[in-house]
Amino acid sequence: MTIAIAVAVLAAAGTWLVTRGGGTRLILGFILLAHAVNLIIIAAGGAFRREAPIVSDTLDPATTADPLPQAFVLTAIVITFGVTVYLLALVARTESDSTTHLGEPDDPEAAVNRP
Amino acid sequence: MNGSLLPLFFALPLLAAVAVLVVNNRNFSRTVALLVPAGVAVAATAAVAATADGGVLVTQVAGWPGGFAIPYVADLFSSLMLVVSAVLVFASMVFAFATNQDESRWFVPMALIMTAGVYGAYLTADLFNLFVMVEVALLPSYVLFSLRGDRSSLRSARLYLIVNLTASTIFLAGLGAIYGSAGTVNLAGLAGAGAVPVIGFAMAVILIALAVKAAVVPAHNWLPATYPYASPAVTALFSGLLTKIGVYALVRSITLVYEPGSTVTVVVIVVTLASMVVGVLGALGEGTVRGVLSFHMISQVGYILVGLVLAGALGVAAVVFYLIHHTVVKTSLFLSGGAVEHQRGTGTISRLGGVANEHRWVTLAFFLAAISLTGLPPFSGFWAKLGVLQAAIGSANYLVFAVALVVSVGTLMSMLKLGTGVFWGRDPNTAEPDAPATPWRASIVLPGMALALVSLAIGLYPEPLLELAGTAGDSLTDPSTYVEQVLTR
Repeated sequence: MTIAIAVAVLAAAGTWLVTRGGGTRLILGFILLAHAVNLIIIAAGGAFRREAPIVSDTLDPATTADPLPQAFVLTAIVITFGVTVYLLALVARTESDSTTHLGEPDDPEAAVNRP
Repeated sequence: MNGSLLPLFFALPLLAAVAVLVVNNRNFSRTVALLVPAGVAVAATAAVAATADGGVLVTQVAGWPGGFAIPYVADLFSSLMLVVSAVLVFASMVFAFATNQDESRWFVPMALIMTAGVYGAYLTADLFNLFVMVEVALLPSYVLFSLRGDRSSLRSARLYLIVNLTASTIFLAGLGAIYGSAGTVNLAGLAGAGAVPVIGFAMAVILIALAVKAAVVPAHNWLPATYPYASPAVTALFSGLLTKIGVYALVRSITLVYEPGSTVTVVVIVVTLASMVVGVLGALGEGTVRGVLSFHMISQVGYILVGLVLAGALGVAAVVFYLIHHTVVKTSLFLSGGAVEHQRGTGTISRLGGVANEHRWVTLAFFLAAISLTGLPPFSGFWAKLGVLQAAIGSANYLVFAVALVVSVGTLMSMLKLGTGVFWGRDPNTAEPDAPATPWRASIVLPGMALALVSLAIGLYPEPLLELAGTAGDSLTDPSTYVEQVLTR
């Protein structure tokens, strides 16, 4: 249940930030969405099993964590991180220095489309 | 062809990309960039020959037992897609070199890595590996998109990245849901599992992500807003490779996971018919050559996918045939249109005209492909559309039949618009006497012409491909061999 709530909050915040648009918000939004999805994948392995999945004589399948979702998440984190960094670079190139506007987009069209 | 060679389709282009980066010599990179797709085409033809009887090539990576390993699998459908992709990568590379696309030392390595991801996506039978392969194809595509470096192309690169990142995020969420509900992400292990409501729903999340990547209505708007802003060679590569991964994965997962007649059928019919209509209407309203062609892709994706839910194996065979035909013809059109754009320096229809007087071969190449796209004999497009119409009649779905026919008229109209605007009439720029006429290089026209002739050849002699598509359709509708081979070998 904790994970479900965490996913809901992260996904809602992420979606809100992404749809608000504008450089930094976009990046932060995608980071939050990625976290939400990573939690979904971890939850898919069953969060109630926490023992280290190392094969030994005392390995008990009932309490051992499923290593596969962990591998999934590790891969997903690396990929999403790489893409997000590239997006950061693109945002930096397509929006002129916006420190004076505190993140407001300098594009008048984008400003019109915002709520 | 042995199954254990399959990972090479992924590994070789990747290693070649590294070699090109290390050597950093233009002639070397050009040679490698042409040799690799040529080699892949030959190897993939061998794979087609090995699977033409409906057989399946499997290799379980690292020797884990089937069901646990991450398998590379080639059945007839994926082998055919490999051949087509390799051929059009070759043609696009020739065009890219003719337009000096490789001025940037990043072009060839990035394009090679992208093809590695595409081949990998065609060969994987594991949903998570599919995600990884798609990302391997997408990451270099972001770089290729922004190679031009001007503001408008960077802006569309940003939009393109945002759309794909969103789709990938949705895909991962669906993947988690699938693993949680089915306990496996192996496609063969999920065969028929769509009948279980939870798994069917989880799979639908993945289908949404794939539909975004394939630019199916209502997730289509990103495509015409981005593709025309990359350089012509890059658009040609993207059109033949990237959206096609989405289409391929949709075909593969819908046929494997869902039973015929499930709720997905209705959804597929609705979105494909909407794609056909919206795409062709959008094409009529566009003002640039590649803008028109991009909207056509949306319309054609509708034609490709509608067969999935019509008349069983007959419909799926139509899907396979249409997908191959479309990939060839669309890339040909993007190459010929791109050649015009490169020579004239603009793709805006109102500022173009009279290309037919200037270069008759590029005009011929464009019109051969355009007629094929419209679906007139004796081109491959005729057999492709005939297949869809037959499948529509076979399942007594006259709505699909009518829409497919009417939309063809729209396709013809928008092609006439390109004809009168770009190729016939007078060049509006001839008033400027100081505009120097750049000579046309043969290598800029040849790739588009070659692909148009491939379409003509298929149209004149369709039996072999129709037969292969039929076999592929059969094994997609009855995936028992695929499942058995992937899980037990």
